[in-house]
Amino acid sequence: METRSIMIVGVGGQGSLLASRLLGNVLLAQGYDVKVSEVHGMSQRGGSVVTYVKYGDKVYSPVIEKGEADVVISFELLEAARCLPYLKKGGKLITSTQQIDPMPVITGAAEYPADLVKKLSEADVELTAADALSLAEQAGTAKASNVVLMGVLAAKTDFADELWQNALEQCVPAKFLELNKKAFELGKNAAK
Amino acid sequence: MKKLMLGNEAFARGLYEAGCKIVSSYPGTPSTEITEEAAKYDEMYAEWAPNEKVAMETALGASIAGARAFCGMKHVGLNVAADPLYTAAYTGVNGGLVIAVADDQGMHSSQNEQDSRHHAIAAKVPMLEPSDSAECRDFVKAAYDISESFDTPVIVRMSTRVAHSQSIVETCERQELELKEYSKNPQKYVMMPAFAKGRHVFVEERTKKLIEFSEKSSLNRVELSENAEFGVITNGAAYQYVKEALGDRVSVLKLGIVNPMPDQLIRDFAAKYERIVVVEELDGIIEAHCRNIGVNNVEGKSIFGCIGEINQSVIEEKLLGVKREFTELDENVPVRPPVMCAGCPHRGLFYCLKKLDVTVSGDIGCYTLGAAAPLTAIDTTICMGASISGLHGFNKARGADSEHRSVAVIGDSTFMHSGMTGLVNIAYNNSNSTVIILDNSITGMTGHQQNPTTGKNLKGDPAAAVNLEELCKAIGIKRVRVVDPYCLAETEKAIKEELAADEASVIISRRPCALLKYVKHNVPFKTDVDKCVGCKACMKLGCPAISMKNGKAVIDHTQCVGCGICKEQCRLGAII
Repeated sequence: METRSIMIVGVGGQGSLLASRLLGNVLLAQGYDVKVSEVHGMSQRGGSVVTYVKYGDKVYSPVIEKGEADVVISFELLEAARCLPYLKKGGKLITSTQQIDPMPVITGAAEYPADLVKKLSEADVELTAADALSLAEQAGTAKASNVVLMGVLAAKTDFADELWQNALEQCVPAKFLELNKKAFELGKNAAK
Repeated sequence: MKKLMLGNEAFARGLYEAGCKIVSSYPGTPSTEITEEAAKYDEMYAEWAPNEKVAMETALGASIAGARAFCGMKHVGLNVAADPLYTAAYTGVNGGLVIAVADDQGMHSSQNEQDSRHHAIAAKVPMLEPSDSAECRDFVKAAYDISESFDTPVIVRMSTRVAHSQSIVETCERQELELKEYSKNPQKYVMMPAFAKGRHVFVEERTKKLIEFSEKSSLNRVELSENAEFGVITNGAAYQYVKEALGDRVSVLKLGIVNPMPDQLIRDFAAKYERIVVVEELDGIIEAHCRNIGVNNVEGKSIFGCIGEINQSVIEEKLLGVKREFTELDENVPVRPPVMCAGCPHRGLFYCLKKLDVTVSGDIGCYTLGAAAPLTAIDTTICMGASISGLHGFNKARGADSEHRSVAVIGDSTFMHSGMTGLVNIAYNNSNSTVIILDNSITGMTGHQQNPTTGKNLKGDPAAAVNLEELCKAIGIKRVRVVDPYCLAETEKAIKEELAADEASVIISRRPCALLKYVKHNVPFKTDVDKCVGCKACMKLGCPAISMKNGKAVIDHTQCVGCGICKEQCRLGAII
């Protein structure tokens, strides 16, 4: 199989590392060659963060470039707009509708673009926008938005549910497992 | 067992499997996780040293004692450790000594983009460079064999993309090794001129033998393609980009040993093709070496330049003339630079410094973000420790006027790393400088590592804690005081008083990092929309949790940790 690419994007601190671990786990269990590339350090401090996940028979480069991703999952709406160019034409864009003002907006140097969901829906991509934050809070904590979005991804791809459940069990500490399983289900149902 | 591992995690696995016994490092992105992962294996002793020089000397000491030893650092850390490195090259080893240096192509989290291969060449030490996690594990084990066979420290060069990418690794069992015998040997280990002269001769002979080894080693690999249009010589992460972009359109010489390079292997490979392209990130070291040995059909830096990362898309564009298509919104998407977190104790301090309009000599850590808008408080940032020594020089040059309106800011870990000696210089050479130690009780930027001030060691066990107040006094600073940066009035008063004083002083701005697990967060604040008049006084703090919506301040409850400095800032009592 040719290499496929999934990009997970968001704001530093939103939990993209757990999301990429879950996905990496599912892909490994599926028998693919897998590479997951993360950014640590300064960029994690509230800046834009990207994680690249690539899989196939043989994966070389761990990074994803413009026009390459089959799926982009964004934890924040502005980041979805920022990373749209990385998506192949007609690719899947999954985004949370959560908005977090970046510092130039906070200081008044720039404005947060209006009507992004509408504009993204008009682009040449398959858009799924979900209120992941509310669903996560419904599951028990705002922090589970990342797992809600993995639920949305699960609904939009065809990896066996059992693989996702195993990945959750392996990557999430036992005391948060039930909460995260609930968040995952809420995301899955929201995507249907 | 097959496992997805970060390059750094696989590196640590390699240390474990190779029977490494002693690990001493200083954290630095993108190298940190090697040592954190190594600490998870009980068979290895692992520690954080106060800086890279101490770490390397510790590892060299362990090697001389007969153990396989390791130290890890980021590229700029190797500058700090260069002193022991260049002489360890002469002494050689007893137990194998492996050094990890992680370069940061693209400067994701660094102050410069230096190419560490220069150090290996200058120190005359072999350097290996893996391209994925499996190679990280394998190359570490090979590095120990080379170290012991050739009596040399060996550097393994990492890069951000190799260190921080996960790929599949098949793990093996650990090889448990006895300590090698230690016997006194001053001709080898006492590097005074008479003995060092002899060892320099040894080093030059060793390099010749290493070149012969490099010619035959499987760490260097030729991948021939029948359809090759041209030949590519590459190394590290760039190999992956070459394979992805060019596939079997090219033959590849992948150099796993980047110093010393295999001259004949390169000549033979280059002779097969009319055109040879060297794809290497940062400096044109392989390319220059090709020319040095008479291989002149090479191109490289004239195509790719020496700034930032290369990737598959760059190669497609530069070598194949292919430009990818993509979709874009016709919209100005504002940038999202990193910021100090909500509740960051540094924020209050930088707010006061900005308000007092003082010159701020900065340093390396999360608090470097005090240079960003809206606080824009920092004037200079150079390297670890330069805040204090740089301020001293600044004040010596500009005199009393500057002394009363300039400060240095440095974190607790950075102060331990190389700030102390600068403070000694201030006391000893008598400049009336004001130093602020931002003590957040952790090494923050690299992801919460313990340090000598925190009272815990790398494994999280209790350890001796340096008392910063007593240390500064012992150095000779008489005015030492502690403030809580969550209290803006107290902090501002302390800065004003210490700047006005006619002698050197240290202010310790103490409050643990808000992201530490043991730090209890308060109930998030919210704004009383009836009282808020939209004056934006709270916005001057640059807190990512506060934004303006419809002319009123709004606090994001998912980010706010209830630090309260915005409440202190609001004169109308609109933050509750």
